[in-house]
Amino acid sequence: MRGDSNRPVSGGAFAARKGLNHVNNRLFTIAVWGVAGCVMLFIFGLLFLILERGVPKLTWDFIFGLPSEIDAGGGIGPALFNSIYMLVISLIIAIPLGVAAGIYLAEFAPDNKWIGVIRICVEGLASVPSLIFGLFGIALFVEMFQLGLTILGAAVSLAFLNLPIIVRVTEEAIRAVPGEIKQASFALGATHLQTIRRVLIPQAMNGIITGICLVAGRGFGESAVVILTAGVTTSGVMWDFNLLSPGENLAVHLWYIQSAAIVPDAQEISQKAAAVLIIIVLAINILFRLPLWIRERKSR
Amino acid sequence: MLESTTTGSIAVSGELGHSIRSGSGRKLDRKNRLLLYNRTFKIACIASAGFVCLILFSILFLMFRTGVLTFQTVPAAKFFFSTDWSPENESYGAFIFIFGTFALTALTLLISVPISIFVAVFLAEIAPRWLRDAMRPVLDLLVGIPSVVYGFLGMTILIPLLRESAGTSMGDGILAAAIVLSIMVLPTISRISDDSISVVPQKYRDASYALGATRFQTVFKVVLPAARSGIIYGIILGMARAVGETMAVVMVIGNTPQLADALFKPTSVLTSNIVMQISNVPFDSTWNYALYLMGFLLLVISLVMIVIIRLIQRRGAKS
Repeated sequence: MRGDSNRPVSGGAFAARKGLNHVNNRLFTIAVWGVAGCVMLFIFGLLFLILERGVPKLTWDFIFGLPSEIDAGGGIGPALFNSIYMLVISLIIAIPLGVAAGIYLAEFAPDNKWIGVIRICVEGLASVPSLIFGLFGIALFVEMFQLGLTILGAAVSLAFLNLPIIVRVTEEAIRAVPGEIKQASFALGATHLQTIRRVLIPQAMNGIITGICLVAGRGFGESAVVILTAGVTTSGVMWDFNLLSPGENLAVHLWYIQSAAIVPDAQEISQKAAAVLIIIVLAINILFRLPLWIRERKSR
Repeated sequence: MLESTTTGSIAVSGELGHSIRSGSGRKLDRKNRLLLYNRTFKIACIASAGFVCLILFSILFLMFRTGVLTFQTVPAAKFFFSTDWSPENESYGAFIFIFGTFALTALTLLISVPISIFVAVFLAEIAPRWLRDAMRPVLDLLVGIPSVVYGFLGMTILIPLLRESAGTSMGDGILAAAIVLSIMVLPTISRISDDSISVVPQKYRDASYALGATRFQTVFKVVLPAARSGIIYGIILGMARAVGETMAVVMVIGNTPQLADALFKPTSVLTSNIVMQISNVPFDSTWNYALYLMGFLLLVISLVMIVIIRLIQRRGAKS
C-alpha cells in the first residue's frame, strides 16, 4: 500500500523535472539560434554598411588619383600602389624562406629536442604582436642602417611578420601528403630533392596557397608595422618604384585621413578607402580559396 | 599489408641518401650532381629554419637591450607602479598602460567568449548542414579583414552610438575598444572552438542521449568539457590578438594617459601609447627606451601565452 501511495508522487516529481529539462532544452536551442543569428546579421550588416557607403562613390580618378593635403577630392593612388608593392616585396622575401623552413621541419628535421626548439620559435614568432615587428623595423632600418622611413624597411618587417605563418602552413601541408605517394617516388629511384620538388610540393600546393593568401590579406591590410617603418606620407608621385622612399599603404592612409588630415572631405575619402580595402582583401581570399572549396565539396 | 607499409616508411626515412650512394656501377657525373643538389637544398632549408629562429632571438635581444636602458634613469618600481606618465617632466610611470592592457583584455574576453562559444555550439551541434557550410567560410574571411577597418567603423558608428545611449559627452574609452576587439576576436575563438567541438567523438553524445539527457545537458555536461582544451586554446589565441592589437584600439580608446577606472573615459593601453608616441621621440632618449620596454613587456606577455598553450596541448596529448 505504501509503495502505491509513493508512486504517483515520485512520478509527478519526475514529470516536473522532465518538463523543466524540456523547457531548458528549448530555451537553450532558441538562445543559440538567436545568438548565432544576431552575429551573422551583425557581420553582414557591417560588410554591407562599408560597401554601401563607399562603393557608389568610387571613381577611377579616386583610385588612381594623387592624395591632397588641403583641398577636397584627393585620391588614394600612391597609397594603393604602395600597398601592393610592399605586399609583393614582402611575399618575395617571405615565401622562399618560409617554404624552405617548412620543408625542413616536415622532411629533414630529426625528431628530437632541436626540432622542438625551432617549432617553439616559429610559434613564438607567430604570436608576436605586429606592433613589435614595427619597433624591430625602426631599430633595424631607421637606427642601425640609418635609412629613415622606407618602403624597403616596411616590406622586410612585413615579411618577418608573415614568415612564421607560411612556415607552419607549409609544414602542415607537406606532412598531410600520404606516405605511400612519397614512398612510390622513392621506389622509382627519385632522390629526396626530386621527391620534394615533383611530388610533395605539388601535392601540398593547395594548403600552401591557402596559407599564402591568408598572409597576403594580412599584409595588405597591415597598418601598425607600416606606420612605424614607412611613415604616414608618400613620395607624392604615382608608380614610385624607389625602395628607399617613404610610403604609407592604404590602411595607414585610411587611419591618417580619419584622425589627422585636414581635408574637408575626409569622411568621404575614408569611406571609399575602407570599401576599396575590404573589396581587395575579400577578393584575395575568395579568388585563391574558391578552387579549394570547390575541390573540397567534390571530394565529399 | 599495414605492417609492410610501416616498416617500409622506417626503412625509407632511415636511408634516404644511401639509395644513391650505394648504387652499383661506375661513378656517374649525374649521381654526384644529384648528391650536390640534395645537399645544397638541405643546407638551404636548414639555414631558412635557423633564420626564423634568428629573427625571434634578435627581436627579443633588440627589444630587451633598448628597453632595459630605461632603468638607467628610472627605477623599476617607479616604471611598473607609478601612474604618472609625463615624459616632458621626466616622469615615466607605465602602470596606467599595463593596467589598461589587462583591463581591456579582460573586458574583451568577458564579452566575446560567451558569444563565441554559443556560435561554436551552433555551428558544430545545431546548425543544419547547408548553414554550417555557408557560415564557416564567412567566419574565416572575417579573420582577414584589416584592423583599421574595424577601428574606422568603431570610430564612425560605435562611438556616436555609445555617446547617445550612455548620455555622456565622451564615447571613447575602454568599453568602445573592448566592443571593437570582441568583434575582431570572435571569429578566431568561435572557429577554433567549433573545430574542437566537432572532433568530440560521436559516441560520447550517443551515450549521453542514451542516458536520457536532453541536448542542453549533453552540450554542457559532455561535449563542452570534452572539447575544453581546444576551446581554451582558441581563447588564448583570441587573447593574444586582443593584447597585441594596435590600430583598431588607437582609433577608439582616446589616447590619454588616465587610469581606466570607468567604462567611458579616454585612456591608453601599451600598444596605443607606443604607436602614438614613438614617431615623435629621438631614438636615444629615455622616453624612447621606456616605449621599447613597454614593447618588451608585450612581447613577454605574448610569449607566456604560447608557453601556456604548449602546456595545455601537452596535457591534452597525454590524456
